[in-house]
Amino acid sequence: MSDQTHIPAGHDLAPGEEEQHSVGERILGYVVGLVLALLLTATSFFIAGTDLVWQPSIPVALIVLAIAQMGVHLVFFLHITTGPDNTNNVLALAFGLLIVFLVVGGTVWIMSHLNANMPPMDQIMRMQ
Amino acid sequence: MTMTATVGHARADPHHIGVVIEHPGPAPKRIVTAYGFWIFLLSDIVMFSCFFAAYAVLVGQTAGGPKGAEIFEQRNVAIETVCLLLSSFTCGMASIAADVRSRFWFYLGMSVTCVLGLIFLAIEFREFADLVARGYGPSRSAFLTAFFSLVGCHGLHVSAGVLWLLTMMAQVFAKGFRADVLRRMMCFALFWHALDIIWVGVFSVVYLLGGAP
Repeated sequence: MSDQTHIPAGHDLAPGEEEQHSVGERILGYVVGLVLALLLTATSFFIAGTDLVWQPSIPVALIVLAIAQMGVHLVFFLHITTGPDNTNNVLALAFGLLIVFLVVGGTVWIMSHLNANMPPMDQIMRMQ
Repeated sequence: MTMTATVGHARADPHHIGVVIEHPGPAPKRIVTAYGFWIFLLSDIVMFSCFFAAYAVLVGQTAGGPKGAEIFEQRNVAIETVCLLLSSFTCGMASIAADVRSRFWFYLGMSVTCVLGLIFLAIEFREFADLVARGYGPSRSAFLTAFFSLVGCHGLHVSAGVLWLLTMMAQVFAKGFRADVLRRMMCFALFWHALDIIWVGVFSVVYLLGGAP
């Protein structure tokens, strides 16, 4: 039984915990994350104030940039990855995201329909 | 022999990564603590999503009061954003310093994080005080109620984070890098990074989308 398939130390990673890296590699990870986040932030602020792009595309662009930056933060600062030792963390995150999208998406969807189906306020007042 | 051993333990390898672990047992306390805190952070994010949903619904209900574009100052928001981003970075440096047991770099990283957090809070407090002084308080319109509750809730989280940060510095000063102190430090780093993620949503949705004319 001297095969090498038995290793006792294997365990999952806690959220925020990195696999074994040297200090230099870890600092480099944070620097890369910071640079990417700053670039995405600068792009967001630039897009919001410019008239160089097609105006109706700006809200979509801002949302895409925000989601991209959240991804950068998750990977480089919180160290949530898709590795097999990170499964529990990713599953919890996926469930959290499901609830967030249900709450935000459902609210915006339903309330916009309610708004569209309601008569203007002065008309309601006159009906009473 | 190797072959039979691998087949015999195939059930102990749920991810099929070719590494068989015999009786891994309960996870170390460090992992259990951080995982529990991760669940709490996700529930906190769900709570923020309710405030975001309320803001998205009420952003047009200004009741004759000011619209977002009239009261938001893009320059202040940019400074706040850079402060929080840099503080997230220095917080990461402080956690590396804690892992290598370097007191000097730990105190330095945490102090810079604290100063950046306080600058953020000062700018936000000045913005709120200015709005209230102009008569645009949270009771002026549904839009302003949603704005103050969402941004104010994030500000309260940052205030709590700054208090926690000072507590961590005091604990490292008094107790050193003990295992329990390191676990708390790990949770604090998670909390601070998660606040930065929420701020990304705030500046994108509230200030940039909501500030569009």
